[in-house]
Amino acid sequence: MSNFFDDNPDIRFHLETMDLRRVVDLKEDGYAEKETFPFAPVDCADALENYEHVLRIVGEIAGEFVAPRARDVDREGARLENGRVSYARGTREALERLAQADLMGFTLPRKYGGINIPKTVYSMATEIVSRADAALMNLFGLQEIADTISKFGSEEQREKYLPRFCSGEASGAMALTEPDAGSDLQAVRLKAVQGEDGQWRLDGVKRFITNGCADISLVMARSEAGSSSGRGLSLFIYERDERMTIRRIENKLGIHGSPTCEMQFNQAPAELLGQRKMGLIKYTMSLMNGARLGVAAQAVGIAEAAYRAAAKYADERIQFKKPIRQFCAVSELLTDMKVEIEACRTLLYETSRIVDLKEGLEERQEKHPEHKKDLKADLKKYTRYASLLTPMIKARASESANSISYKALQIHGGVGYTKDFDVERFVRDARITNIYEGTTQLQVVAAIGGVMTGAAGEILDEYERDHDLGGVSELADRGRTLRARLEQAVDLVKAERDHVFQELHASRLVEMATDAVMAFLLCADSLQSERKQSVADVFLQGADLRTQANLAYIGSRKRTLLEDQEAILDDES
Amino acid sequence: MSLNMLVLVKQVPDTQNVTGEAMRPDGTVNRDALPAIFNPEDLNALEEALKIKDRLGGVVTAMSMGPPKAADVVKECLYRGADKGILVSDRGFAGSDTLATSYALTCAITRLSGFDLVFCGRQAIDGDTAQVGPQVAEKLGVNQLTCVADILDISRDRIVVKRQIENGYEKLAASLPVLLTVTSEANEPRSANAKRVMGFKRIVCCEDAEGTDCWPCEPIEHIKQWDIQAIAADAERCGFSGSATWVKKIDNVVLTARETKGIENSEPGISGLINELMEEHII
Repeated sequence: MSNFFDDNPDIRFHLETMDLRRVVDLKEDGYAEKETFPFAPVDCADALENYEHVLRIVGEIAGEFVAPRARDVDREGARLENGRVSYARGTREALERLAQADLMGFTLPRKYGGINIPKTVYSMATEIVSRADAALMNLFGLQEIADTISKFGSEEQREKYLPRFCSGEASGAMALTEPDAGSDLQAVRLKAVQGEDGQWRLDGVKRFITNGCADISLVMARSEAGSSSGRGLSLFIYERDERMTIRRIENKLGIHGSPTCEMQFNQAPAELLGQRKMGLIKYTMSLMNGARLGVAAQAVGIAEAAYRAAAKYADERIQFKKPIRQFCAVSELLTDMKVEIEACRTLLYETSRIVDLKEGLEERQEKHPEHKKDLKADLKKYTRYASLLTPMIKARASESANSISYKALQIHGGVGYTKDFDVERFVRDARITNIYEGTTQLQVVAAIGGVMTGAAGEILDEYERDHDLGGVSELADRGRTLRARLEQAVDLVKAERDHVFQELHASRLVEMATDAVMAFLLCADSLQSERKQSVADVFLQGADLRTQANLAYIGSRKRTLLEDQEAILDDES
Repeated sequence: MSLNMLVLVKQVPDTQNVTGEAMRPDGTVNRDALPAIFNPEDLNALEEALKIKDRLGGVVTAMSMGPPKAADVVKECLYRGADKGILVSDRGFAGSDTLATSYALTCAITRLSGFDLVFCGRQAIDGDTAQVGPQVAEKLGVNQLTCVADILDISRDRIVVKRQIENGYEKLAASLPVLLTVTSEANEPRSANAKRVMGFKRIVCCEDAEGTDCWPCEPIEHIKQWDIQAIAADAERCGFSGSATWVKKIDNVVLTARETKGIENSEPGISGLINELMEEHII
């Protein structure tokens, strides 16, 4: 019996050692539902036990059912025939199984059929599913769409749509991108016009829409005629009918099980979600942040799958009369892969925890306006942390998934380049994670503000307060060195008072901040486990070199790249 | 159409993952050395019952006979969708062979106010006898369909199945009530349901000395535990005393892999192999 939760000591380590008390308390709001729902927890310990049970089910489905079908799903792919999109057989069967186990309303409230589980645990589940089949995550991980309706929809909309998501009867899509509005979503042109009867109708084209064939889509459209900015955009709930046609699905490098659709709307009726003009600035940002966390979890899952494939191969492959793992060149690759996975995982779950706290506080404020004042400062803090950590982990985990699957293929040598092994699939599937839901370059743009205004430092101050790092003082001091270098680099860039100089070094500054936060998290993990001290040790060794190099480059104040790039790129002159 | 369905399930040692010393010197199974699992084909049997319930409605009751720990497999049935659970457990059942087991189970089943379908796995991986299902059907005096690989049709009073036989299948029809034994080919059992696991995780056995009827389907709070008295069984016909067979001796067979031998993929190579197998009386 293969279980992707039980066989993963690191996920279990985090579930057991993370302090989720406040997250659970916010999510369960006085454990009031224990009277109404027999499966609702009676206290925090009971809730934590539930999470473990649920992850075990996810792990079993992933290990026993999804993973064995992943290769066929990749080969068969989703198809478009006569305007109808069909999933690969394995995808259909896996979705049925997840729905049958009541896992499709993971984070949604119980009263709509959900199981009301925090994002932190959802990230773990998403990671587990992605390890089995990265493409399936694009469907399992789309629960953020229902979550957006839950957060911003009217009660009527919640009752109308959410139970269908929870039962697995309806699937979802978020239709944002257009041919001329990719990274720049303010340029969205798809029109939404409200008729005299009050009915909104959509006209235009959406492109690159994951699961655009869904029963229920959230569509961003220009509701304010004549506007051109993000403030003219609203978000709509569109239920699939004959007024939308799927023109094509993309022939992609990877995630073949997930259909990427081009949607043509032709006077398609839709409902406004929430308030007009808030489509991009509020709802889509919330939706995208959730999706970014999902992609980060997907990336960690792919990296885990790639690492395991490589580790197994390195044990089995005999060359020069010994398993190739015994060669330093291979064991170094494996160690680096494992350390980076664990560094990404600790930041992924920490980010998810912060997002849980933020969303839990928002919900608490809405439900109990009398406490609004008391919660204000905390909400502000966690909002600030979440908006730094979310792009940070999305950028880091997706880039690392690429480098880890690349190394995994390298360990396989020639056979890794063939379709006889799974590792080539991991390389292809990983490649989208640093592109969609905002490229790494855009994540840097989203994170740099927080880095420059010291949000990373505030987070680290909090870790210093919450944990007595004295038990791992040597490691913690090395972490503090990373932090000092980060602060020095930020000061250097600020002193230049040059926006272009900041832009030039933005990715380096974000990397330095990411390294520092990861280092502290690994130090905190090391308090709970001796093994983690070794992980932190190796991580810090690499991070030390990276931050030194980054600081040296920034500290040189050189603008060589900016000055010379024209001459280099224009080789005709 | 609402059918009353009973699924007989067994907790067995995991013979696929043997750890430590599997057999005691006295020839009995050392259960501590083997992880206890849900007998695989019983999961297939449960799945068939749940599929019928999903399609046509009905009540599914899971029943197991075994030591108190066997409540785990009854609980697992609840996790997957069974409505009720009964554990038939008594020290007096110790040492039961298939005859005594089928007697005890039959006594327990007759406590229920009638049934339409009884599902069993074809065989358990510990004893591999495949006898308990058929013996229960005999004792209950109902039809039996063994080695069912698919249920082709079912109505209020009739069932049509595909039955696995050597080198093929046969299609059989029977009137209800009927007992079926199901093979692993029939389905891929569903996973546990998240809500049910969270809801039933603390459910425990509760002794029910009366052996009260179990069909009505209100939310359940306990797994019913029935002993010899509760099922009104004759203690003489249970356990060792009720068994017609006893284990005289068990030998430990240690399978050792010998050196492999390459056979050339040619006419003489293959006929040489066939001759060798015939000489060894393997074929």
